Parts: sequence; structure tokens; C-alpha cells
Amino acid sequence: MIDIGLGHYLTLGAVIFSIGVIGIFLNRKNIIVILMSIELILLAVNINLVAFSIYLGDLAGQVFTLFILTVAAAEAAIGLAIIVVYFRNSGTIRVEEIDKLKG
Amino acid sequence: MIAHAIFFYTFSIIAVVSAIMVTASKNTVHSVFFLILDFISISCLFIMIGAEFLGMIMLIVYVGAVAVLFLFVVMMLNVAQQKNQWFAGQSTSKHIPVGLIISTLIFFEIIIVIGGWKYKPEIFDINNSLANTSLSNTHSLGQILYTDYIHVFQISGMVLLVAMIGAIVLTFRQRSGVKRQSYIKQISRERVEGVEVLEVQSNKGVKIDD
Repeated sequence: MIDIGLGHYLTLGAVIFSIGVIGIFLNRKNIIVILMSIELILLAVNINLVAFSIYLGDLAGQVFTLFILTVAAAEAAIGLAIIVVYFRNSGTIRVEEIDKLKG
Repeated sequence: MIAHAIFFYTFSIIAVVSAIMVTASKNTVHSVFFLILDFISISCLFIMIGAEFLGMIMLIVYVGAVAVLFLFVVMMLNVAQQKNQWFAGQSTSKHIPVGLIISTLIFFEIIIVIGGWKYKPEIFDINNSLANTSLSNTHSLGQILYTDYIHVFQISGMVLLVAMIGAIVLTFRQRSGVKRQSYIKQISRERVEGVEVLEVQSNKGVKIDD
């Protein structure tokens, strides 16, 4: 309990990952909160990679964490741009009203 | 060791509670602020565990750029007062058990994997390639980032460039009715089309811009 090891960090990553998945499923109102849940999931992956990198003594994990940060920033920028365009066209970003592809 | 445990539990409890608040809070602006708190506490954990470069990058990139971008979009779209409730309305109720079941399944799967690592630690071959401990974390990260991973590094730069161009192209729009300045038209004006000499008769005036 006092001796903090790799398992503690991996458990923290698992908890944050699950909270992100819960956020995606349970949030039916606002699509920006869904994007934030995706950011939480990427953060959990980063925690896992950094913990393994430190405890196994291999720097490749931190390098890949850097690339995940890059991809997450690009994804947030593109996703928010799409949301802005959608809001401009249809006037709402509530998840349950976005059903134009439903047919 | 005691200090490590105390700081780990403090920051991880803050991180988990703020992650819950990101998904559960009613106001979207509060969600963004809890996301910022989550990133800050996780970057404190990174700095504490020894990955100080990633912790600082996390602060700069996430708190400084991405979270402010979220905040800006929330303010611009004016959806902060759009209530973010979970358990209201009949149409939403069938998603909630599915989401809970799937996320608890994912959580226990990951926990099983962690338990397997904990009770059989020799399944990983621990080779200490981080041997050069005289260098700092940033120094050693830079040494392998610019040599072994240089192609991936440049490709990630291209990813950022494509994302930037894509965001600009998506949100760019031509407004009608905006007066623009055209230097070519201004310079190429002649006296003939700009000035007209009229013969003004008394008590009649001049009619301009017919």
C-alpha cells in the first residue's frame, strides 16, 4: 500500500480510461463533453506508457507518449473545427438532435 | 517512500475526482475547468515519477493550448447553459445500462491484465537501456528522439501541419457584403473615371450618383 509500484499507476490509468468510456456512453446532451472524454482516454494511455517506460527503463514509451500528445492535439483541433461548422449550419450540437445521417 | 505514496495518492485522487466531474458536471465550462485540473495533476504525477519533460510538455500543450481551445469553443458556441443532464428524458434511458456494463467490463479486463503483471513479473524482460543516469530525462529523450525516431518525429510534424490546414479550411467562410481593399484597383484609377467637371447652374444644384 505504501510501496508505490507500477501496478498503482496502471490502476490509475485503468480508472481514468473507464471514466472516459462512461462519459462517452452516458453523455447524451453535449458533443464537446464527448470530445473531452476522448481526451481523458488518451490521457489514460499516456499514463500507462509513461509508467511502463519508467519502471522498465526504456525511453521508447516516453517518445511514443510525445507522439500521442501530437495526435491528440491535432484531433482536438479538427474535432472542434467540425463542431463549429456543424453548429453554424444547423444551430445545435446536442447529440440526440444530430441525426442527419440516419436516413 | 512515504512522501512518494502521499503525493501519489493525493494527485491520483484529485485526478480521478476531476475526471468524474468532467463527465458529470452540468455546466460545460465547469467540465473544461475540471479537465484542466485533471491534466495538471497528471503532469504533477509525471514530474514526480521522473518523466519531467513530458510533464512540462503536458502542461504547455494541454493546459496552455488544447484546454483553452475547448474553453474558447464553448464560449463561442454559447452552449454553456445547455443542460448536461444524464437521467432526464425517456429516450436517453436505454444508453445508460449499456454504457455502465461496457465500461465496467473494460475496467475489469484492464485490472486482470495488471494483476497478471503483478503476480508474474518475469514475463517482461527488464533490460535497463535507461542506463545513462547521469543525463537528465530531457537530454536522454532528445538523444533518441532526434536519432532513432527522427522519421516518426517529422511525420508527427506533418500531422500537425495537416491538422492546422484542415481546421483553417473547415472554418473559413466568405462573407458577402464585406468591403475589401484592392490595391490594384486603387492604383490603376484614372482621372477620367474619378473626376467629372460639371457646369453648375444657379438655383439648380448638382445631382450626384444617379
